[in-house]
Amino acid sequence: METILLRNVGVADSHMLATYAGRGGYRSWQKVVESMKPAELIDEVKASGLRGRGGAGFPTGMKWSFVPKDNPKPKYLVCNADESEPGTFKDRLLIEQDPHAVIEGTLISAYAIQSHTAFIYIRGEMVYGATRLERAVEEAYRAGFIGKNIFGSGYDLDLIVHRGAGAYICGEETALLSSLEGSRGWPKLKPPFPATHGLFGCPTVVNNVETLAALPWIIERGAPAYAAIGTEKSKGTKLFSVSGHIAKPGVYELEMGYPFKKFLEEDCGGVPGGKKLKGVIPGGGSMPVMLPDEIDKVNLDYESVQAAGSLLGSGGVIVMDESTCMVRAALNLSRFFAHESCGQCSPCREGCHWMEKILHRIEYGQGEQGDLDLILNIAGNIAGNTICPFGDAAAWPPGAFIRKFRGEFEAHVAEKRCTVG
Amino acid sequence: MALEFSPGTLKKFEETVARYPKKEAAMLPVLYLAQEEFGHLGPEAIEYVATLMEQTPARVHGVVSFYTMFNMKPIGRHHIQVCRTLSCALCGAERITAFIKQKLGIEIGQTTADGRFTLSEVECLASCGTAPMMQINDEYYENLNEDKVAVILENLK
Repeated sequence: METILLRNVGVADSHMLATYAGRGGYRSWQKVVESMKPAELIDEVKASGLRGRGGAGFPTGMKWSFVPKDNPKPKYLVCNADESEPGTFKDRLLIEQDPHAVIEGTLISAYAIQSHTAFIYIRGEMVYGATRLERAVEEAYRAGFIGKNIFGSGYDLDLIVHRGAGAYICGEETALLSSLEGSRGWPKLKPPFPATHGLFGCPTVVNNVETLAALPWIIERGAPAYAAIGTEKSKGTKLFSVSGHIAKPGVYELEMGYPFKKFLEEDCGGVPGGKKLKGVIPGGGSMPVMLPDEIDKVNLDYESVQAAGSLLGSGGVIVMDESTCMVRAALNLSRFFAHESCGQCSPCREGCHWMEKILHRIEYGQGEQGDLDLILNIAGNIAGNTICPFGDAAAWPPGAFIRKFRGEFEAHVAEKRCTVG
Repeated sequence: MALEFSPGTLKKFEETVARYPKKEAAMLPVLYLAQEEFGHLGPEAIEYVATLMEQTPARVHGVVSFYTMFNMKPIGRHHIQVCRTLSCALCGAERITAFIKQKLGIEIGQTTADGRFTLSEVECLASCGTAPMMQINDEYYENLNEDKVAVILENLK
C-alpha cells in the first residue's frame, strides 16, 4: 500500500523544509492559493470522503461548509494537536517527524474557511514537538508560505503555535477553545457550534492533526484517488497506534477496512511470549473493550468496529494478554477519567470518582455484593447527562469491562481478592 | 520585594501578547514565562501576572489551578513524571515508580531534601508504544527498565 500520512516519516531530516519541499511539499498549498476558490476546495475534500481523525469521524469538508461566508467577524482555524487519549500517539509522530505536512494541512484548511489567523494547539508536555513545529513555522514564514500576500495572491494568513498546559479535556474542541481564550479548559454547550460561535464567539473550525496531514496528498492527487482507497463509507488511510502486550508496538498506516485480527497477528506480531489475547481496546482508552472472538470478523473502519459494539475513535489500539487483571485495567482507566474530569457537570465530577473508588475496593478485596450493578448504574447516569462527550468516554470503559468480564469481577467480589496473577 | 519580570522576559511578554488577536488568549504562554522566571506560580506571581494581563488575581488563580503543568508550589530541579495510564501500566510502570521511590527515598508528590528531584505520577503522555516511560522536565525517557532509570537519575545532578 502507498503511504499517505507516513510518506515522509523515516526520511532523513524529514522535519526540515528543504527535505519536505524537495519531496513535493507545499505544492498543494500553492495550487490551492493560486488556482482554487474556497468553495472548490471544500467540494474537493467533500468528494474525497475524508472524515475527522480526532475520534468522531465527522466529514471534514462538511465541517468547513458550516462556517457562514457572510459573517463579518474574523474566522479561526485551529489544528487540534492536544493528543491525550490513552493509547494514542500517532499525532505526536506526525508533529515530530513531519511538522511541515501538519502545517501545510493547517494552511489549506484555513484557506477553505478564509481564516487569516490559525492556531496549532499542541499539548504542553510535547515540548520537543512544539519546538519542531515552531521552527517549521518560522521556516515556512521565511519561505513566504505563511504571512502576508502568500504567493502574490493577496491572501494573508498567520499561524501561531500555542501550547496547552496539561489537561486531557482540552482535546475536546469547545474546551480547547476555552483554553485558547485564556481560561480554564471548560467545555461549552453545543449548539451553538464552533462553526458559528467558536473562538471569542467567532466562526471557528477545529481539525485534528491527522486529518490535516492528509490534505496535501488529497489536493496533489485529487479526491477520486483518495476516495478509491478504503471502504464505501470510510475512505482513505488511517493511523493506528498499537501498545500494550504486543510484539511490535508502534504507529501503523492502514487502508480503512483492514482486517483487525490480521493486523494484530501479522503486522504487529501478535501477543508476545506465547500468551493468549484476552481483550483489546480498538480506539483509545474511552472506547469499549472487545473480546478476542469479537475482533475475528471486524475490519478497521468506522462502520465495522461500531457494528461490533465499540468505536474506532482515535485508532489507539491497546492490547491485553491473559495475564491482565481486567478489574485493574478498568480501575486504571477510571482513575484516568476521575483525574481528568473538568468538574463542571455533577454527574461526571462526582460519578467518575465514585466509579474509581468502587473499582479500587473490588480490586483490593473490599468489594461488596451489588457493586457491579452500582457501577453500571453510575455509568448510566453519567452518559448523555453532561455538557461534553467526556461523560460518555468515562462511562463506557467500566461498563464494557464489567459486561464482558463479569465472571472475573464477580470472583474478585466473592473471594475478596484479586483473582488474576 | 514584589516579583517582576526581568527586562528580557518583559520583552518576550510584549512580543507574545502582540501575536494574539486578544490579550487574554496569551494567558497560558504568559504563565509559562512566569513559571520559567519565578520557578513556580505562587500567590505573588499570580498577582503579578494578573496585573500584566489586566485580569483579577482570582481569575488567574482559577486558570493556574486548572492545569497540571503549572506548579503552585516549589518543585525540585528535576521533575520526574512517570506515566501511569493503561499502556504503561500493562508494561510495568508500577515497577518503575516503586524503583524510583526506593532509590530516592521519597513518595509520590514529594521532593528530595536536596531539592534535586520531585516525583509525580501523570496520565498518558502519548508515548504508549515505548512504554513504560517518564518525562523529566522537558525530556521523554522511553522503554524504561530499572537499570536504565538508575543511569538516568545518576546523570541528573
